[in-house]
Amino acid sequence: MSITFEINGAQATVDVPAETPLLWVIRDVVGLKGTKFGCGIGMCGACTVHLEGRAMRSCVTPVGAIAGARITTIEGLDPDGRHPLQKAWIETQAPQCGYCQSGQIMQAASLLKDYPDPSDRDIDAVMGGNLCRCMTYRRIRAAIKLAAREMRSSDSHG
Amino acid sequence: MVKRTLIWVAALLVLGGAVFLFLAHRPEIAPVGPAAAASFPPELIARGKILATAGNCESCHTTRDGRHYAGGLAIATPFGTIYTSNITPDAATGIGRWSEAAFARALHEGVARDGSHLYPAFPFDHFTRVTDDDVRALYAFLMTQPPVSLVPPANTVPFPLNIRALQWGWKLLFFHPGVYRPDPSRSDLWNRGAYLSEGLAHCAACHSPRNALGASESGSHAYAGGLVDGWVAPALTAANPAPLPWTADELFGFLRNGGTALHGVAAGPMSEVIHFGLAGLPDADVRAIATYFADMNGAATRAGTASAVLAKALSASQVDEHQENDPGASLYIGACASCHYNRGPAPLIARPDLALNSALAAGEPNNLIQVVLHGIGLKDGAPGLFMPPFGHLSDADIASLGSYLRRTRTDQPAWTDLEGKVAVLRRPAGGS
Repeated sequence: MSITFEINGAQATVDVPAETPLLWVIRDVVGLKGTKFGCGIGMCGACTVHLEGRAMRSCVTPVGAIAGARITTIEGLDPDGRHPLQKAWIETQAPQCGYCQSGQIMQAASLLKDYPDPSDRDIDAVMGGNLCRCMTYRRIRAAIKLAAREMRSSDSHG
Repeated sequence: MVKRTLIWVAALLVLGGAVFLFLAHRPEIAPVGPAAAASFPPELIARGKILATAGNCESCHTTRDGRHYAGGLAIATPFGTIYTSNITPDAATGIGRWSEAAFARALHEGVARDGSHLYPAFPFDHFTRVTDDDVRALYAFLMTQPPVSLVPPANTVPFPLNIRALQWGWKLLFFHPGVYRPDPSRSDLWNRGAYLSEGLAHCAACHSPRNALGASESGSHAYAGGLVDGWVAPALTAANPAPLPWTADELFGFLRNGGTALHGVAAGPMSEVIHFGLAGLPDADVRAIATYFADMNGAATRAGTASAVLAKALSASQVDEHQENDPGASLYIGACASCHYNRGPAPLIARPDLALNSALAAGEPNNLIQVVLHGIGLKDGAPGLFMPPFGHLSDADIASLGSYLRRTRTDQPAWTDLEGKVAVLRRPAGGS
C-alpha cells in the first residue's frame, strides 16, 4: 500500500502494509536512524517523534494512520542540530550511553511547547514514560531547565 | 363443541389478519421518469446538501469503500442485519423512479414507493419531523447525485419479523408522525436546535435507550443514553456523566471542532457524526443544537460548582503516581502521562484531561476501552491530535489501567468485570 506523509519537511511515499509501525518505516525505509527501538509497546519512549508538532510513540503507530501528516524526528528538530535542548544536552553532558536520548529530547521539546517554564513535577510527569537505563534522569531534568531558560530569554530578547 | 370453537377461533384469526393487512396496506406510488437534474434550482440543491449532511445520510447509505449514497452498509440490529438502501437516482436499483411525494412519504411515514413498510433502522421516526420545504431540498440534492447501479445484499431479518406489514403494528405502538411544531415559549435558536436534533440529526437514535422492540424510549427516558456499536452514547440530560457541565459554549466547541479542553475529544461513532455530518452545517445551526441540549441537561444550574470540580480534577495530575502501589499506575506513567498530564490551572485541549472525561465517569467502561484499544485517528477527535492504539496491551493490563484511572480520577464506584469487557470489545465485531 502506498502511503505519503511529510518527514522533516520532505515528502515521503512508502510502499508498505498499512499496519507497519511508523518506527520501522522511519528507520528502515526512509533511513533515518536517530529514532530508536526500545520496547516496541509504547512503554519506554525511545521511539518518540513528533506528529503535527506533538510527541508520540512511533513504535505503536501504524504508518497507515498517519498518512498525510507531518512527522518530525530528531534529525529534523533543528536544521543544524542546535535546538536549545540539544545545546543544553551537550552543555550538561546529559547522555551516558545515549540510546534513549533522541526520544528524551523529542519528548522534552514537546513539553516545552506546552509548559515553557516546567516545574520538577511537570518534567517528571511528562518525561516519566521516557526510560533511561543509565539513570541520567537528574541531568535530563537539569538540561530541560537550562534549555527552557535559554528559550525564554531568546523569546524575550527576540 | 370443541370443533366449533376451533372453527370460530380460526375464523377470527383469519378475519383479524385480514383487517390487519387491510389497515397496514399502503398503496404504491406510481413510478416517474428520472427527474431531470436541470429541473432543480441550484440553491435548492445546495440547501439539500447541507440538510443531507445534518442528517448524516451518507454515513449509513455508503459502505466504507463504496460509492456515495449507493447503500449496502450492514446495520446490525437485535432482529437481524439490515442493509441500507441505494438512495442514488439510479432508476433500476436506487430511487430514480421515486416522485417527490414518494420520497416525502418515506421520510414522513416510513413507507417505500412500492407501498411496503420500511424498518425503523431508517430513522423515519425522526425524519417525520422534517418540514416539507426541507424534504423538497433533500429530494433535489439526492436526485442530482450521480446514479449508481447497486443492489444491496438481502436483509437477514428472520420470519416472521420480515413480514413488512408487521411494521405497521410497530408504528401503531411507537411511531408518532408529524412535522416539528415550534414551541412558542422558546427562542428561535432553541426551536431551530430542537427541530434539527429531533428531526434530521436524529440524535435520539443513539442517545436514547431502545426498548425490547427496538423503539427509542420517549418521555422520562428520552436521551437517557444508549449503547451503539460497542460504544456508550452518553445521556444528554442532567444524567450526563461528564464532571463539568455541558454549557452551550462547550457543546458548540465539541460539535464544531471535535473536542474541548474541558470535556476531551470525540471518538467512535460521534466523531463521524461531527466530522462528516455536522461539519456541513453552518455555525448558527451547530449553535442552535448546542443551545437545545444545554437547556436539556440543565448546565446553567451547575455553573456554580464548575470551578471547584475543575480544581479537584486537575489535582489528580499532581499526585506522584510512583507513590501509588498499583500496576495500573505504572502503565499510566509509561503509556499515558506524557500526553495526558495537565499542570493547570486550565487543562490544554491537546492534553485531554482524564479526570474531566466522560469515558472515565460513565457507568460502563466501553468508551475508555475502545479508545485504549484503537486510539484516536487523525480524522477523529480534535484537529491535529492523535493517539496511537494500545491494543497490544493485554486484557489484564488494560483492565488494571482502567481501574486505576477510575479510582484516582472519579468518585464513581469501580467498574465490574473490566477484564471480561476488554476481551469482548477486542473482538472484531466490536462487542455488538
